[in-house]
Amino acid sequence: MSMELRASPHLHSGRDVPTIMRHVVYALLPICAFSVWQYGLSAIALIATVTLSCLAAERIANRMSGTVNTLSDWSATITGILLALTLPPAFPLWMGAVAGFAAVWLGKSLFGGLGHNPFNPALVGRAFVQAAFPTAITTWAPAFAPQRFTEFIPSTLTLPFCVPNDISAWVTANMVDGFTGATPLARWKFEHFVYPVEDMITGAASASSGETSALLLLVCGLYLIARRFMDWRIPVAVVGSAMIMALGFQMYDADAFPPMHLALLSGGLMLGALFMATDMATSPVTPMGVWVYGAIIGVVTILIRYFGGLTEGVMYAILFGNAAAPLIDKYLQPKVFGARRK
Amino acid sequence: MNLHLPFLKHAATFARGIHPAPHKGTLDQPIKRMPFPRKLVLPLAQHIGKPALPLVGIGEEVARGQVIARAEGTLSSPIHAPADGVIEAITPMPVSRGQWSDAIVLRVYEASTQEVRCGQPQDVGAMDHAQLIAAIQEIGMVGLGGATFPSHAKLNVPADKQVHTLIVNGCECEPYLTCDYKLMREWPQELVAGIRIAMRASGATRAIIGIEDNKLDALDAIRPHLPADGSITMQAVATKYPQGAERMLIKSLLDLDLPPGALPSQLGLVMHNVGTLALLGRLLPAGQGLIERVVTLAGPGIKKPGDYWIPFGATLRSVLDWAGDPECRERQVILGGPMMGQGAFSLDIPVTKGTSGILVFDKRMLEPITQQSWACIHCAACVNACPMGLNPSQLGMLSAKLEFDEMSEQFHLGDCFECGCCSYVCPSHIPLVQQFRAAKAFLRERKPV
Repeated sequence: MSMELRASPHLHSGRDVPTIMRHVVYALLPICAFSVWQYGLSAIALIATVTLSCLAAERIANRMSGTVNTLSDWSATITGILLALTLPPAFPLWMGAVAGFAAVWLGKSLFGGLGHNPFNPALVGRAFVQAAFPTAITTWAPAFAPQRFTEFIPSTLTLPFCVPNDISAWVTANMVDGFTGATPLARWKFEHFVYPVEDMITGAASASSGETSALLLLVCGLYLIARRFMDWRIPVAVVGSAMIMALGFQMYDADAFPPMHLALLSGGLMLGALFMATDMATSPVTPMGVWVYGAIIGVVTILIRYFGGLTEGVMYAILFGNAAAPLIDKYLQPKVFGARRK
Repeated sequence: MNLHLPFLKHAATFARGIHPAPHKGTLDQPIKRMPFPRKLVLPLAQHIGKPALPLVGIGEEVARGQVIARAEGTLSSPIHAPADGVIEAITPMPVSRGQWSDAIVLRVYEASTQEVRCGQPQDVGAMDHAQLIAAIQEIGMVGLGGATFPSHAKLNVPADKQVHTLIVNGCECEPYLTCDYKLMREWPQELVAGIRIAMRASGATRAIIGIEDNKLDALDAIRPHLPADGSITMQAVATKYPQGAERMLIKSLLDLDLPPGALPSQLGLVMHNVGTLALLGRLLPAGQGLIERVVTLAGPGIKKPGDYWIPFGATLRSVLDWAGDPECRERQVILGGPMMGQGAFSLDIPVTKGTSGILVFDKRMLEPITQQSWACIHCAACVNACPMGLNPSQLGMLSAKLEFDEMSEQFHLGDCFECGCCSYVCPSHIPLVQQFRAAKAFLRERKPV
């Protein structure tokens, strides 16, 4: 008979890091499936390539740093899937692999792995390819092309380190009504065209692989919130502050600024607010801090979109929020029970 | 009419906290009695304060209920013999918290019965205040919730403080433990008598019994015994851990925030556990000393789970020989509840006045938690669980870097009362509260008070 001696508490909730991460993966799978339904083989290939390159990068980093195998914590899988969902569906696979390696190595491994990274790794990867391949990352393909389950979009299978094949001929051949090759935000910025709400909910608008259906993103996010794998305050703060900003600008000058639904339903706002800004490692922990952090992301997103040179601002807004998170936590410590606020 | 509609009215509660599985499997069994073991080990320090002074010599015969060690000074408590027998030794013996204490070892006569041979019934109502406080000390009463602070000292409110309300803590928020609940259900009359004694001793004009809303039948048991003048009331509070903590229960019942570092008397309050008051109401009028208590035996390594009257001094070995499961090979023995209870380092540790439970867990139960851990992922689960509003995530990162001063000066380490919610929820399996305890011990030892 042996006696085991431990310090209390002698119970545990049973929840661990891989469980949390695994459920985030579950929540992302329907979004992947929707993307595949829209874009077919190219979407499957892109999601698989980016995810596998993230896993490979993680494994190589484990080997080089001599740490334990961290593939089993599922965090590299999340990075891969999220990164793939932020890329255009016609993105060449080799560039996707570059993005995956950049995301894991520059975004995570360099800082010491999961929990030590200051920035969301998926967004670091996307920022890297946005700078490296500015044309490819703004080349949009139409959804629901008739041949999408039998052939790839031409640019998908570009040979490594080669310029992507031109897809304008393919786009013309697969022309769906109203497709222009520009995102709703870009069409507003350059043509003052207001996209209809229903197209932006059902996924008909051109966009990155995973951001086309605001409704589906919301449902998947609600699953994580209901299971308490996600802090609901962050998406509420991001979307709420973006909504207030957009509404304010719309009321100030309805001709110069787009209507509110365009700001909320388009681009990566839903994907970013629900799945990127809520990344635990890079968001604040304090109750007041998460509200401030979410509000900063919402406000910066709208400022970049309306006043910056880019059409989309969610990515940089979240990276900005990530950078501010430690400072936010420092100045917004929780109030100790019974203490008066200074 | 026993109609409780919890969905219509939310029970009062405090912010944050956790909801561990209750594991209170033996709620409907009555309290039973453990037979006397052959030997009792009675540490002289079973309470906070100065150890008691032995009054007996080796080889002396003692009777059940006889005073065998007297209190030394005001903050101390006497010890009574729990059984008829003969003093075998007065020698250092292991006690909980990894310490050793001088203890009186009593060999129990096989013929010892349940009859208490010492003590005379006394008229509590005729005593003046000083006599009442002295009488409470004489029966050796201490806080039975686990703190073991001498009850007479707590009830003797200093002249510059005024106490108006006695809070009776019937929460028993620790999983597995059911001893307080059973006392409320089986001994309501004694409990109310004890409450009235404590109100007189402390000067409180009213008393509130706080009970978690998963034990509402205890309210029904107590209700017929309440005085007609309405001075004692009962209130259900939400079932949540750590509802039974002093600050949390005051918040839930009265919506008052006890400031950091303050004692309840600052708000005109004094708090006692139901177990303490039930035994006070039983023993003080009878003039008998505290010689046994109700202890919850539970966990997978216990063959006969339940609540038992166990005499003080019964060693864990004797309890487990009688109630333990011999099949449970690799076991972990916990004194008290699973959230804050001490791990036992030896089976020679005796049951003392502060032992509310003896839990026997299988070693494998916690293996998945201790074997693998991850870096802090800033999930904020601990921040959202800490009832004191601390930032355990930040404290944990600082303690990993041994920044104990910063923990205490900027992140309020001293306000942590070690409830363990942070470690319970941490998905990275970081031993947060364990590190905080070590940090506090380091700071204490470096700066002797």
